Amino acid sequence: MTFADLLRADLRLITEMVPEGSRVLDLGCGDGSLMAHLRDEKACTVRGVDLSPEDIASALSRGLSVVQTDLDEGLSGYGDSSFDFVVLSQTLQVVRRPAFVLREMLRVGQRNIVTFPNFGHWRVRGYLAARGRMPVSRSIPFSWYDTPNIHHTTITDFRDFVAANGGAIEQEVSLVTREWAGQIRRVRVWPNLFADTAVALVKRA
Amino acid sequence: MSAVTASGPQVLELAGGLDLASGRRLEHVQIAYETFGELDPERANAVLVCHALSGDAHVANGPDRFGEEKPGWWEPVVGPGKAIDTGKYFVICGNVLGGCSGTTGPGSADPDTNAPYGLRFPLVTVEDMVEAQVALLDHLGIERLACVSGGSMGGMQALAWARRYPERVASVAAIATTWRLAAQSIAFNEVGRTAILGDPAFLDGDYYEQGQPSHGLAVARMIGHITYLSDDSMREKFGRRLRERAEHAFQFVTEFEVESYLAYQGRKFVERFDANTYLYMTKAMDYFDLSAGHATLGEALAGVRSRFLVLSFSSDWLFPTYQARELVDALKAADAEVSFAEIESPYGHDAFLLEPEQQRRYLEPFLAHVVSEERRRARGGSAADEVAVPATGGETR
Repeated sequence: MTFADLLRADLRLITEMVPEGSRVLDLGCGDGSLMAHLRDEKACTVRGVDLSPEDIASALSRGLSVVQTDLDEGLSGYGDSSFDFVVLSQTLQVVRRPAFVLREMLRVGQRNIVTFPNFGHWRVRGYLAARGRMPVSRSIPFSWYDTPNIHHTTITDFRDFVAANGGAIEQEVSLVTREWAGQIRRVRVWPNLFADTAVALVKRA
Repeated sequence: MSAVTASGPQVLELAGGLDLASGRRLEHVQIAYETFGELDPERANAVLVCHALSGDAHVANGPDRFGEEKPGWWEPVVGPGKAIDTGKYFVICGNVLGGCSGTTGPGSADPDTNAPYGLRFPLVTVEDMVEAQVALLDHLGIERLACVSGGSMGGMQALAWARRYPERVASVAAIATTWRLAAQSIAFNEVGRTAILGDPAFLDGDYYEQGQPSHGLAVARMIGHITYLSDDSMREKFGRRLRERAEHAFQFVTEFEVESYLAYQGRKFVERFDANTYLYMTKAMDYFDLSAGHATLGEALAGVRSRFLVLSFSSDWLFPTYQARELVDALKAADAEVSFAEIESPYGHDAFLLEPEQQRRYLEPFLAHVVSEERRRARGGSAADEVAVPATGGETR
C-alpha cells in the first residue's frame, strides 16, 4: 500500500486537482498528510494553518510550516492571490463564520478547493424523516448538542452560498466515500441525494 | 580553528575588536561561552542559544565558569534527552556583549584607564550582541547554524541573526519575544533604569569600589518580576497570604507573601548582576526594532532564508501574543517557512522558563527535522532531493 492509499478519499481527489509545483495553503491542515503528499509527490510549495497543538506538532515533524490560526478570524498576513490553491477540507461545517472564511479564501487563493459532507444525502434525509431526530451516523458521529459541525450544508445550499459571497464554482465532484482505504465512487445522478461528500473548485466570480 | 568538541565554560579573546552600531568601536572584547554535546562530522547540528536580560552562558547543567556544578538557566529545555537535546546537538551559549558574566561589559576594565568602564562603555544593540556571537562562531569554525533559539531578549537576537545572516541560519526558534518593544515594555524598562540611576550609591556608574546601587537595582528587578508573572500566577502563588503572622502589623514591614517574594528576588539579583549591565540590556531591548530601515516589517524580512518557529504564551503580557502574530504575519508576507503556536499557560512571560513540556512538543520535532535537512544538505543533497523523500521522511532516522 502506498502512502496515497492512506489519504482520505477526498484528499486524494484534491491532489489530482492540483498541478505540479503549485503554491498551496491548507486551511485546517490537521497532521499535514495532504501537505506532505503535495510537497513530496507534486513538488508543491505548501503552507498550513490549524488550531490543534497535537496536529501542529505532527506537521512540524514532517518538516511542514503550520501557523496556529482560528479561521474565524481570517487569513491575516497572507497577501491577495498569494496562493494558486487554498484548500478547505471537511472544515467549512465547523467554522462559526463560513461566509467570512469563504471570502478570505477567495481573496488569498486564485482557486480554492472546498470539500464538505453533504447533509442532503439520502441517509441523512431518511434518518430525520423516519426517526424525527437529528442524524447521527458513521460520518456524522455527534449528537446535535456536542457536535463540532455547527454549519451543515447540502450541495444545493453550497451553490447558493458560493454565489452569494462573490464566488463561482468551476468544477464540482460529488462522491460516495467509504470508511476503508481506496473506496470512492463518483455520483453523477442527483448528487444532492446520493453523494455523501462534495468537492468543489471555487474561484472569484 | 579551535577544538570545537571541547565542552564546558571557555573564554574567547577577540583579536580584531568589534565595530558597534553606535559607530563606536571596542578594541578589546572577550566572550565567555559554554558548549554542550558534540559537533557532528557534517557540522550540521550546531544550535546557538541566546539568553535573556539576566541570563548567562550557563544554559544547561554542569560546571559553570567558576567550576561549580550549577543548574543551567534553561535546564528544563536544554540537556541530555531534553527538547534541545545535548546528546544530539552541539549547543553553544555565550554571555552577551555588555553582559556581566564573563563577556566584556560596563563592569570590565577599560584598557585605556585600567578602571571599569562604567557609563563610558558604549551603548550596545541587539545587533551588536549578534556580531559578537558571529565572531565566536567564526572562531569555532561553524559556518552555519542548524538553529538559533532564545526566549525574550534571546529571541530578539535570534530574529536579528535571521535578518542579518540569512545564509548562516537554517532555522530560528523565537520564544516569548517580540520584533520590537511596545510603549508599555519600554515604560517598565524606564522605571527600572530610573530606580538605578536615582540610587545615591549609583555614583554615575562608577560604584565598583564602593559596591552596587543595591536599592535601585533591587527595585528594578522587583518591577521586572512583576512583568514576568501574571495576575493568575500571582493569585495562585501568593494570593493575599501573610508571611509569618496572622494579622496586619500596622507597620511598613514585609507582610504579604508577594512582598517577601519580590524582596527576595531583588536581594538575590543584587548579589549576582551588575546594575550598569541592567541599564545597557534594557536600552538594547528598547532600541531593538527588527523592521529598522524599512517601511514595514515584511519588507525588512524579505531576504530571510531560515525556517521559523515562533512560540508565544497566552498569559504573557510583557510580549503578548498579538506581537508574535505581527511577526508571523510579516514572515508570511515575506514567504518564509514559518510555524507558530500560542502555548496556554498561566505563568506569564516566565512561562518560557517554566513550561518545558509544552515547548518540547514543538521544539523537538522542529529541530529534528531541521538537523536532518542540514545533514542532507551537508552531504550535497539538493533541495530537489529533499522533496523526493517520502512524507514520513521529516522525522529523524
